[in-house]
Amino acid sequence: MFCVGESLTTPAPPRPVWIAERWATDEAETDARESAREASESAVAIETRDLNVHYGDVHAIKGIDLKFYRSEITALIGPSGCGKSTYLRSLNRMNDTIPSARTTGQILLGGVDLNRPDIDVWALRKRVGMVWQRPNPFNKSIYENVAFAPRFHGVKKKPELDEIVERSLRAAALWDEVKDRLHESAFALSGGQQQRLCIARALAIEPEILLLDEPASALDPISTAKIEELLFELKKRYTVIIVTHNMQQAARISDRTAFFLNGELIEYADTKTIFTRPERKETEDYVSGRFG
Amino acid sequence: MEAKPLIARGRSHEGLRDRLGFIGTLFSVTIIVLAVAGIYLFVFSKGLATFFVNQVNVLDFLFGTEWRPTLTEEEGGPKFGVLPFIVGSFIVTFLSAAIAGPIGIGAAIFMTEIAPPWGRKAMQPVIELLVGIPSVVYGFTGLTLLVPFIREHVGGLGFGLLAGVIVLSVMILPTITSISVDALSAVAPEIKAGSYALGATRWQTIWRILMRAGASGFVTAVIFGMARAFGEALAVQMVIGNGKNMPTSLLEPASTITTVITMNMGNTVAGSVENNVLWSLALLLLLMSTVFIFAVRWIGRRGRMMSR
Repeated sequence: MFCVGESLTTPAPPRPVWIAERWATDEAETDARESAREASESAVAIETRDLNVHYGDVHAIKGIDLKFYRSEITALIGPSGCGKSTYLRSLNRMNDTIPSARTTGQILLGGVDLNRPDIDVWALRKRVGMVWQRPNPFNKSIYENVAFAPRFHGVKKKPELDEIVERSLRAAALWDEVKDRLHESAFALSGGQQQRLCIARALAIEPEILLLDEPASALDPISTAKIEELLFELKKRYTVIIVTHNMQQAARISDRTAFFLNGELIEYADTKTIFTRPERKETEDYVSGRFG
Repeated sequence: MEAKPLIARGRSHEGLRDRLGFIGTLFSVTIIVLAVAGIYLFVFSKGLATFFVNQVNVLDFLFGTEWRPTLTEEEGGPKFGVLPFIVGSFIVTFLSAAIAGPIGIGAAIFMTEIAPPWGRKAMQPVIELLVGIPSVVYGFTGLTLLVPFIREHVGGLGFGLLAGVIVLSVMILPTITSISVDALSAVAPEIKAGSYALGATRWQTIWRILMRAGASGFVTAVIFGMARAFGEALAVQMVIGNGKNMPTSLLEPASTITTVITMNMGNTVAGSVENNVLWSLALLLLLMSTVFIFAVRWIGRRGRMMSR
């Protein structure tokens, strides 16, 4: 359990080896992410202003101001129950499906507040896709899983659907593995393949923003590596926001990292800063593995 | 805690309790198996006696359309054609399932997906209440309200297949609804969330995801309902009119296998051919319910393979 009193009185321990190794070449920085453009207003894909989420009497998210930038991967980290998943779900209004949840504040996508009651959440979710921790393919064939959303978003013609399915599966790096068995049940796939299928399914409607809630935590290391590789590809075209428990994963793949604690945003900066010279004590303690 | 010797000398207290528990539960299971085996053996021996002892032709029995057990030999011998009753049983079973199936599934969807939580809380006792109402009450209500209503507004005597179908539909509705509710509740919430997150509306999610995921559960529900309808005797007997002829219209009095048994069992002498024929009908019922149970199990197994 995190204890403020203790963390203030004892000196911070040395950082884990992996952080030191990761940014060992500090001066000769070759990391492509270092050249990530300075945060400019025009690059903001989605942002929240003073976002609060209550579950009944529980104040789960406390006034979060965050900006996410186009063609970047932003990681949300923090200990269990810190609100990062709740925050992620509020971005495409999936919290609406929880009856006791109440969201206040603004979520701005292209200058439109998504938290307005008159927002068409169905159209919104077409623009903000989501992938869950546990792969959740539908009880359908691989093809139908991917074609599911395009079908009711208005694509009816078979050739068009075929093309979307192929493009999405390719984008999710799954096409070569499944192209000969598109009409078999999605449940026949391995866990990692199912997760990439879920990503393909989300990509099929070409969202602008892709929300991932610990997409690799239920997968083995090889599948995880494939997903991470895939995310690097995807960030060229999409804004990727990923919740992760795995700090090494956050350090490996993200451009920016936001640290959440007890429903509050403690620190938000580019990933290297968060992991090597965070401003806040809590961040320091968390990334060096002192709690969480 | 004191360590006990690993090699037990004599039977320890715990070991005795273990054995007692084993014997007690084994005894319970034996009783059940014996009861089922006994019923099967008895019904088979009595039911087959019609054909082997009384020399009634099986085909005449199954496909004969004349039921005249009291006809003397000079007049052409007693006739035991039960096809009208078999047909009656299947008609009321399938029609009541056809009516109650969609309504039950619809109610289940409403309860699990559409109604706010209090809606389900309010509906659950109603469904359980419907299951618990004794069949004589259904039959009596049907006799008092439904039969006159049909006589005045639809035609015929009021007694007939239609009245039986309607009474049975109401009777099996709660069975179908509650099993369908269970099937829908078993669909993982992640699957639903996945559909909503892709921008599917509630209707699209219900129609394209839930109906499919719940399909094997719905079939199970309907078959359980059919099994109940097929075996129901009392309520049907009170409203169906008990006609002996091949049904030609839903408004004519007819009979089912069960109603013939209950109507006649008190009027026949044990061991007589008239009595044995009733046992043959009981055998038919037993075989049909066996089929229903195996169908449910088979679909359940396939359903588990297809969905999670």
